[in-house]
Amino acid sequence: MSDAQAPKAVAGPLNFLDDRLGSTNFFQRNVKKVFPDHWSFMLGEIALYSFIVLLLTGTFLTLWFHPSMEEVVYNGSYTKLKGVQMSDAYNSALHITFDVRGGLLMRQIHHWAAILFMSSILAHMLRIFFTGAYRKPRELNWLIGINMFILGMLEGLFGYSLPDDLLSGTGLRITQGVAESIPLVGTYVYMFLFGGEFPAGDHGDLIPRLYSLHILLIPGVILGLVTAHMMIMWHQKHTAMPSKNQSNEQVYGYPFYPVFMAKTGAYFLFTFGVLALLGAFAQINPIWQFGPYDPGAISSGSQPDWYMGVLEGALRMMPGQGTEWVIAGHTISMNVLIPALVPLGIVFGGAMAWPFIEQWVTGDRRRHDINDRPRNAPVRTGIGMAAVTFYGVLWLAGANDVLADKFHVSLFATTWFFRFAVFILPVLAYIITKRFCLGLQRKDADVIGHGVEAGIIVMAPDGGFSEKHEPAKEEERIKILSKENARPEAPATDANGIPAPSQKGPMGHLRSRLQRAATFDDIPIEEHGEEHGHGDDHAVGSGSGPKQLGH
Amino acid sequence: MIRPTSTDDKTRTGISVKRITAWRRRPWAGYAVVLAALAAIAGLYAGFSPKTDRAEAAGTADAQADLANGRQLFNKNCASCHGLNAEGTKDAKGKPIAPSLLGVGAASVDFQVSTGRMPAMNPGAQMPRKKPIPAFDTEIKTNYSEPEKREAAEKQKAQAEKNLTDLREYIAQLGGGPSVPTADQVDPTKGDVALGGKLFRTNCAQCHNFTGQGGALTQGKYAPPLSPKDVTPTQMYEAMMTGPQAMPVFNDTTLTPKDKQAIITYLVQTREEPNPGGNGLGRIGPVSEGLAGWLVGVGLMVLAAMWITAKKPKKLKKS
Amino acid sequence: MSDNNHTAGSDEPREDGGAGRVVGTPSPAEERTLLARDEDGSPARAGAGAELDEKAAKNAERVVATFFLLAFAASVAFIAYYIGWSGRNGGMHGIHRARESNLWLGGTLAFALLALAVGVTIWVRRLMTSKPIIQERHEMASSAETRAAFEADFLEGAEDSGITKRPLLRRTLLLAAAPLGLAPLVLLRDLGPLPEKRLRHTFWGDAVKKAKAEGKKGVRLVVDGTNAPLKVSDFNSPGGMITVLPEGIEESARPANEIAKAVTILINVPAEQFKPVKGRENWHVNGVVAYSKICTHVGCPAALYEQTTHHILCPCHQSTFDATDGAKVVFGPAHRPLPQLPLSVEDGYLIATDDFPEPIGPSFWERG
Repeated sequence: MSDAQAPKAVAGPLNFLDDRLGSTNFFQRNVKKVFPDHWSFMLGEIALYSFIVLLLTGTFLTLWFHPSMEEVVYNGSYTKLKGVQMSDAYNSALHITFDVRGGLLMRQIHHWAAILFMSSILAHMLRIFFTGAYRKPRELNWLIGINMFILGMLEGLFGYSLPDDLLSGTGLRITQGVAESIPLVGTYVYMFLFGGEFPAGDHGDLIPRLYSLHILLIPGVILGLVTAHMMIMWHQKHTAMPSKNQSNEQVYGYPFYPVFMAKTGAYFLFTFGVLALLGAFAQINPIWQFGPYDPGAISSGSQPDWYMGVLEGALRMMPGQGTEWVIAGHTISMNVLIPALVPLGIVFGGAMAWPFIEQWVTGDRRRHDINDRPRNAPVRTGIGMAAVTFYGVLWLAGANDVLADKFHVSLFATTWFFRFAVFILPVLAYIITKRFCLGLQRKDADVIGHGVEAGIIVMAPDGGFSEKHEPAKEEERIKILSKENARPEAPATDANGIPAPSQKGPMGHLRSRLQRAATFDDIPIEEHGEEHGHGDDHAVGSGSGPKQLGH
Repeated sequence: MIRPTSTDDKTRTGISVKRITAWRRRPWAGYAVVLAALAAIAGLYAGFSPKTDRAEAAGTADAQADLANGRQLFNKNCASCHGLNAEGTKDAKGKPIAPSLLGVGAASVDFQVSTGRMPAMNPGAQMPRKKPIPAFDTEIKTNYSEPEKREAAEKQKAQAEKNLTDLREYIAQLGGGPSVPTADQVDPTKGDVALGGKLFRTNCAQCHNFTGQGGALTQGKYAPPLSPKDVTPTQMYEAMMTGPQAMPVFNDTTLTPKDKQAIITYLVQTREEPNPGGNGLGRIGPVSEGLAGWLVGVGLMVLAAMWITAKKPKKLKKS
Repeated sequence: MSDNNHTAGSDEPREDGGAGRVVGTPSPAEERTLLARDEDGSPARAGAGAELDEKAAKNAERVVATFFLLAFAASVAFIAYYIGWSGRNGGMHGIHRARESNLWLGGTLAFALLALAVGVTIWVRRLMTSKPIIQERHEMASSAETRAAFEADFLEGAEDSGITKRPLLRRTLLLAAAPLGLAPLVLLRDLGPLPEKRLRHTFWGDAVKKAKAEGKKGVRLVVDGTNAPLKVSDFNSPGGMITVLPEGIEESARPANEIAKAVTILINVPAEQFKPVKGRENWHVNGVVAYSKICTHVGCPAALYEQTTHHILCPCHQSTFDATDGAKVVFGPAHRPLPQLPLSVEDGYLIATDDFPEPIGPSFWERG
């Protein structure tokens, strides 16, 4: 440090704050906080910045939007709807679109930001899952993230229902039908949600209710969760990809100030810029084309936004025969309940439970700050791909009418295909992915064992040709050696014949069988020569000291 | 632990696999892969998108019907399926091959033939719209610069219009049925567009989609798109009147000529109006929006992330 | 390799992955010295200080400045368009001006933001001299002593408060808290009315009752959209379909709610193909038959009628019903047929003689 002094304009406010809050302690600790670089670490930032754009544009929209179901006659500047009866909500959304300068742009950016918010969360979650970044100590952030995605789904559903156009009304109609199917309390849920009967209830309460949920309650909760998510991430430090200088003991990268700050600032500008680009050049949710909601009307290709597509697909592929039961005078609609609850229950419930299931099966309760390469956890990667396939099949099934129309296939044939595919393809995806991972492991073992082909052909004295092998580059080797080989299962009983605590009872047996199933085909990767015998304890960071396993 | 090597990457004689591996590690390789994937998807999309717009067909020639010519055209083009007396035909099991044309009316003939659906070439789930056969093709190009070519084309067009009139009048006199609407009835500037919108959403959008992009029906059938190259106002009117193929009939006593004109007005205005928000993404709703969000939105953001986090260029450093 | 004793510093990551240096050899010492660990006494220098080639840096600076100027120009264009042009001739109204405004405002905004983003990115990549640094990671868990001390303090506090020793205090507190927690739930009761029998009848029933009170047989069917009553002779084309409502529904208290239940499709099925359901032989008029338009699956209007197959398809989830056979389900997720409306003729007009015989729309618990 030189004798350089901060200019007065900076020092003044800093000292003012510090005298009162002691804030300089915090700034000093964090000014050079290290952030490891990898493109996939930015996916979560897209969600954060989309959320900020959502708050900005959403606030703009509230200045003109009327959350009211009162019937009015349209008299705005969109000629095709002049004189049409509609709700005031739809009327004011048209006003924003056609009579407020920049209103259409803000509406479109808002909707695109919602799409990007949800897609980037999903992409971010996939990155976290496949690299094992949810492992201890980051399980809490994993759970927070999943809950934000679920809240995002609700927020989106309520949001696109607000304009009260034909498409959103259709979505609410389906919501009503699903609510009604809930056993015992279904009709009460329906009546209490809509304030009476669909669509307007007794006092036109639905849109005002959705509005307050959409602009206050849910965004407030999401904002709280985002804050917690960020603070936990900041406190725990970001995970790193296996490479030189990265380990459980240290993190390597550029300092927060000025580099990461500038990078993330630029990324916010990119996010907003891309959303503005989409808002300017790609039309989204053209409510004036849909027309006002009319309970007797419907359009073909009525789909929800993409993040609700899974539910739509599940509802479509469920066969209706034999799935509605009348028991003791009460109707139980399994043809609605199963698709509404089971697929997303499996995906989200499974995702929330997974870190703990994995810990239980592998017995690995150590701290992990270095990400796994997906190939090095074939079971996890396989299950992840199976889940992606499951979700993807349901998602496509939600668009089966568009697929049938655009690709000229029979509509019912697509339904039948999806009915089978939803069971078969995830299993195939699991098997193929696992094989693929093991193949890559084998290749890695080969690189470490025999080196890489140098591209140099040498002629032996006897005239034969062979290609020279040489050791892989260091970066490559560090990456490959980041694999933790499967550890042999502890013996079922110790020397005194006492069963190991983790293998007692039926759950213990199950656990040990699962562990064996998950690790029996592991390809050990280890270096030969003087390094041999080092076992699974390859430290990733060459700059670190002896590796300590956190307990 | 690492054997030192004497050669440098750059001086090695590469073999192709090696070169690919090296290529994969280039800093721009990641961007290239993402871009190539996006381009491939764009190409795929372009391949499935409708290609060109064709000019809208003009109206109806008021030529004096020549029933003899009509009969001759019928025998040549239609009788093989519909029977010599237009009574329809059945296969050996009694399953209809082609329906009777008695009572279908001039409107039906005009719709089926002028949209090229009839004569059908190979019956499938549904007869697609196609270019009418030359004898009935009233949409041929006539704006040639050479006078003789233009004259020939105009003559051919006039003949096609006459043929169409003759044929439909021949069928009409066999059993009556709805006639072709007048130009005034289908004038898309004269209907009540607000009423048309309501009727379109209640009666048409369920199959043809809210902007007339079409949609899927059962067993490979589909509601065709209603773009300017697919259907003229006259053909819309005829379709509502006669209910071609799977489409239900909306006769003039259920939806009056005024109601039909309102629907035509709404549809023509809808397909002519611009997309104020930019590209309409096919005007099919959230499916294409979700696709665009993932491909363009997430795609561009991933490219930006790769650029921001890429290793710094070396050449800027003082060496 | 794990035991090698590299010092904390490392070489700058490079685009070419370190080509030009022999694989596996340590990085040049001079680079290492620039990179002290932040805990070894020289935190200020950590991450700072690569020197730039001044000529290249000047170039980069010009490039960045150009992007910043472009962003400036685009933002000015945004404001200039808004103030100077978008409001001409009485302001932005209608679809063409909205389109123009969207393109200009959106285009300039996107350009400004992206130019700024690109500028900052080039700045970071070409002009910022910070170097990567290393920081320690820490165990999250507190030490065993801290945990023990906290536990002791916690128990001591509980003891001091008396809550552990005074069960009466504890129990009455819990007793007081429980109903207070329930109070907000009670408040939610007025969110909506109870379902009662609302889902069991539609406006058809009310209208028929009213018509019967006036000495008529039933209520007329009117076309949704035009409100024109339909004569049998009007709806005489086989293959015809239209959406109908009970006459007078527009004048009801909550038309939207009533229409959402009463909306019905009227179909003209060729009489020879029509198979009436047992007990409903006189519910159709020569093959003219009426079914609820509300799908029995989750309530979308099931309105795609194919006159060739006589199938009614719901566009939402593709439940398919057979119009010739009491609208029984032939495909898809719906379980029950669409409810049928009993039709008749009075003075030549199509009328409904009763409400739907069962609740319309999706299934619910009390439906039975």
